[in-house]
Amino acid sequence: MSSKTRIVITGIGLTAPNGNSLPEFRANLLAGKARIAEIDVRHMGRHPAGVCDFDATKWQKRKEIRNGTRVGSISIYCAREALGDSGLNWETVVKSRVGVYLGITEHGNVETENEIHNISQFGNDTKYWTHHHNPRTVANNPAGEVTMNMGITGPHYTIGAACAAGNAGLIQAAQMLQLGEVDVAFAGGVSESIHTFGIFAGFKNQGALGAHEDPTKASRPFDKNRNGIVISEGGAIYVLERLEDAQKRGARIIAEIAGWCINSDATDAVLPNPERQAECVRLALQRAGMRPQDIHIVSTHATATALGDIQECTALREVFTDCPGTYINNTKSFIGHCMGAAGALELAGNLPSFDDGWVHPTINIEELDPECAMPGLVINQAVQASRLEAILNNSFGMLGINSALIVKKYGVA
Amino acid sequence: MTKEDIKQVVLDIIADIAPDEDLSAVKPEVRLRDQLSLDSMDFLDIVMELRKKHGIEVPEADYVQLASLDSCAEYLLPKFQAKGSK
Repeated sequence: MSSKTRIVITGIGLTAPNGNSLPEFRANLLAGKARIAEIDVRHMGRHPAGVCDFDATKWQKRKEIRNGTRVGSISIYCAREALGDSGLNWETVVKSRVGVYLGITEHGNVETENEIHNISQFGNDTKYWTHHHNPRTVANNPAGEVTMNMGITGPHYTIGAACAAGNAGLIQAAQMLQLGEVDVAFAGGVSESIHTFGIFAGFKNQGALGAHEDPTKASRPFDKNRNGIVISEGGAIYVLERLEDAQKRGARIIAEIAGWCINSDATDAVLPNPERQAECVRLALQRAGMRPQDIHIVSTHATATALGDIQECTALREVFTDCPGTYINNTKSFIGHCMGAAGALELAGNLPSFDDGWVHPTINIEELDPECAMPGLVINQAVQASRLEAILNNSFGMLGINSALIVKKYGVA
Repeated sequence: MTKEDIKQVVLDIIADIAPDEDLSAVKPEVRLRDQLSLDSMDFLDIVMELRKKHGIEVPEADYVQLASLDSCAEYLLPKFQAKGSK
């Protein structure tokens, strides 16, 4: 199996705070519709957060939902919807040749916090600690729940990659397909992080938790008055196949994976390093055999933190010089930061641009931060592009993990 | 607390932990596992809920006593009565 083996996307299933299918999500992105609610966070009062409202009972029995995890339900919903979208005849698919590779920022915090709260009601006696704790908190839980629900007997695991995880899941799957380890991969990223107060408290005490009297305006990357991250839950799972297999079954090919890179800052646990980010983007371009000018949409990672946004803009300005046909946007302004799902969701929301020719904007910019000004930044209103053939999807995370994934319109040289 | 009350307590717990099951025709003399889709983790849930909601302890060696509604009632009645008399 050659590393030149071409990998394509043939199905997408997702749940985002503003949509439970790609058409619904896309329509809201083009219409500039954010959806952020205020929720009660244990010990912390009310905070803005992105909450998904998919129907878990569509694909799970109620007992499965009770015994499993929230992120397991998100994963099952997305994987099942992706399968439906792919047109695969599931009855004939060899389940031992199917892999599940899901990116996660973290896992287990929700269940652990719940149990600590639970036993606090019983004098902290650990005999009240649930026996479901370990299967719920093992790191492979979200992917494992998918295999049990769908009868998949090939490999499954999660890829822990902080907020670069959505891209990392897709990259892992593409590599496994190239290696011939599997024939079909369910891959992407998932997150249930709004259900853990620790994530909120950590960002708050870091001075990086977003707030606004109107929750839908709390997440505002590149705005001069941005004040931090809005934490969200969500998921996006793709069906990936080798091109030849997809062609053989007459699949609808949504896009082709063109190139990728994951690298490390090796400098700071929380402050991104624009030099390494730029290096990551350049390497992805090199591996895709593309120039910066060949990229028509850069889907930014920017999370609306004071420094992080500037660092990414610095990296992008360095790479994308003299690129009049390159548009830059951001999805977190609509749905907040879906953590492990962020990269996968943000790519998904941009993919329909290959067909509809539009670039969705980044919203909530009332006053553009001069330090975030970039040519091609699509502000508040969608724009129609004359050429849309390649998307660069950035996702970066703590401990200095950077990922860049390039996806191109199928059939473009 | 009667044996019938205890059977209802157990059924209420099962309704919570196995919400997809139809409990309208559960036969009290038949093993629960033979008529409902319950696994070992579910029985641990029954033990946990008895502990949490009713302060009843079921030692591991006695789990077999929870096999049917009838055996549950037989086994748990003295425990509930002991709780009630405190």
